[in-house]
Amino acid sequence: MPETATAVRELTFGDAIKEAIAEEMRRDPRVVLMGEDVAEAGTTFKVLTGLVDEFGKDRIIDTPISEAGFTGLGVGAAMTGMRPIVDIMFGDFLGIIMDQVANQAAKIHYMSGGKWKVPIVIRATMGATRRSAAQHSQSLHAWCSHIPGLKVVVPSTAYDAKGLFKAAIRDDNPVVIFEHKISYKKVKGPVPDEDYVIPLGVADVKREGSDITLVALSSMVQTALRAASMLEEIGVSAEVVDPRTTWPLDEKTLVESVKKTSRCIVIDEGYGRYGVTGEIASTIQEQAFYDLDGPVRRMGAMHVPIPFSPPLEDVTVPSDQQVFELARQMCNR
Amino acid sequence: MSTIGTAGPKGPALQEQRAGLEIGKDKLLTLYRQMVAIRLFEERVNDLYTRALMPGLAHLYIGEEAIAVGVCEALNNDDYITSTHRGHGHCLAKGADPKLMFAELLGKEIGYCKGKGGSMHIADPATGNLGANAIVGGSAGIATGAAYASKYLKNGRVAVCFFGEGALGQGLLYESMNLAQLWKLPVIYVCENNGYNEYTHFSESTAGEVTKRAEAFGIATETIDGQNVREVHSVVSKYIARARGLEGPAFLQCITYRYHGHHVGDVARAYYRPKAEEQDWVTQRDPITLHGEWLMANGVADRATLDKIQEELIKEMDGAVDFAVNAAYPDPSKVDQDIYA
Repeated sequence: MPETATAVRELTFGDAIKEAIAEEMRRDPRVVLMGEDVAEAGTTFKVLTGLVDEFGKDRIIDTPISEAGFTGLGVGAAMTGMRPIVDIMFGDFLGIIMDQVANQAAKIHYMSGGKWKVPIVIRATMGATRRSAAQHSQSLHAWCSHIPGLKVVVPSTAYDAKGLFKAAIRDDNPVVIFEHKISYKKVKGPVPDEDYVIPLGVADVKREGSDITLVALSSMVQTALRAASMLEEIGVSAEVVDPRTTWPLDEKTLVESVKKTSRCIVIDEGYGRYGVTGEIASTIQEQAFYDLDGPVRRMGAMHVPIPFSPPLEDVTVPSDQQVFELARQMCNR
Repeated sequence: MSTIGTAGPKGPALQEQRAGLEIGKDKLLTLYRQMVAIRLFEERVNDLYTRALMPGLAHLYIGEEAIAVGVCEALNNDDYITSTHRGHGHCLAKGADPKLMFAELLGKEIGYCKGKGGSMHIADPATGNLGANAIVGGSAGIATGAAYASKYLKNGRVAVCFFGEGALGQGLLYESMNLAQLWKLPVIYVCENNGYNEYTHFSESTAGEVTKRAEAFGIATETIDGQNVREVHSVVSKYIARARGLEGPAFLQCITYRYHGHHVGDVARAYYRPKAEEQDWVTQRDPITLHGEWLMANGVADRATLDKIQEELIKEMDGAVDFAVNAAYPDPSKVDQDIYA
């Protein structure tokens, strides 16, 4: 369990999410969480361990292996007075629930002329390099970002994860939150032991710089920060900007950064083709064209089903070195 | 041209069918009035569409009125329903205002959904209508979720999930029924079996016996005559009370018939169903005619009373059409409002 009562304590990314959920469940009895093996098992990733002890099985609800069914149930419950969090375990399972997400949750508010609201949070995971192969490794946040009516959260730090998750629960719209699996234990950082909310749609400058902007999401924020340290050693000052949500998208912060640096790479773990990187790159190019030294570049997951074998899988995700090399090249160093 | 009262019913003498009198004259007449309202509404939808005044598609509920009315008259105003692409009847039966429905069907600003939903998406929180759904079977989860919320919040509400037999092919329905029975949720699954999945007879798409599917989950189930509004009302009332007491969900198969095509444009239907079959249902098993004859046979109402109900409703529906035709379209600037709450 996380330590309490010290403002500077550090939490893992996973514990920050658990704390956000626990605080919101204490604050609002309408918040429940349902999914496969979320109660005693604390999810397959062990992120929610202990929550069932505090809130009981009526609020931390184990479901059948029936993602479309309990997501649909969550949509109906959200419309009728609840604030459900639906946990689908692997982001890849979006394929199973997509009608409930894209055709139901996303559209009900609009189709009803604004009369019904669907305050549901859908927890999904993303991220490769766990040797889980093609159906347990994808980063599919672009799918949800494409659909009007959804908000999409991709936190990169423990601090952001807590504040964004709390905002998602309090939001009156369907919000899909993509948690990076590797980050659960690996990413750690200061998380205040207090109630704070990070508004959805506000980017964060993770590191200031003047020569190039690295727009990075989720796990790629850490990659970009490591690449920025390497760039510093050769005299390149890189700014790292994390949009934190793909929709709403804080275009202003991204564009202002690029206007300042005149160069930009967008880095994401989702597939590069027709993905989040393409959308962000073109947004920046449309609004900062005359301030750019050259085209905005994109780095995403390779356009292949995520392979199993470690040497194959590792090359599908952008690496620190690749980001460093491209940035160096763009800065003529 | 209304199809109401075009023929007398066949079968057992109506005087012998006394069941139903116990719900009282007012309720019996309300059942009649509501069915006639839906019939007249849908006839005007057909007319508006034929005259090219209505954009898009319309799936008429004519022939199936007894189900929506029998069920919704057994519900409280704050109970929930989910509806289908063939949903006008459900909305009206749950208490929707025909003026605002026609306005929505014509894409007008004052319509139920500000013109953003149309025929297949009418929703109305004021009457517990969670919305019609254009994905076949798509609302099974929503209705089950409303039942879940009702149980969790202990507000005593019941949810009814209307769907056609075409939805029996959708997995979500079975996932939802499993959850409903597992958690004893107050939801009633009302399967309106009108015989046809769009343009295909359901026997070509549906293996085994329909109610056995619900039985497999341990869900209480019955098959009822969907043309007999009193039977629908009486059977569903029993299961609603049971659900409200958190004793478990139910699955009711209502045998019915869609007089018109899959949608209003589906007029040449001989390739998938015989004309004689249509005529048989229209002339022998019309729910409004059957109930009207029963009311008269049992001394609940005379012909003049029934005619008066119809005349009043004709006036109301014609007025509602005029209201909608003359209502304003939404300004195009409204297109990106209501995407987010």
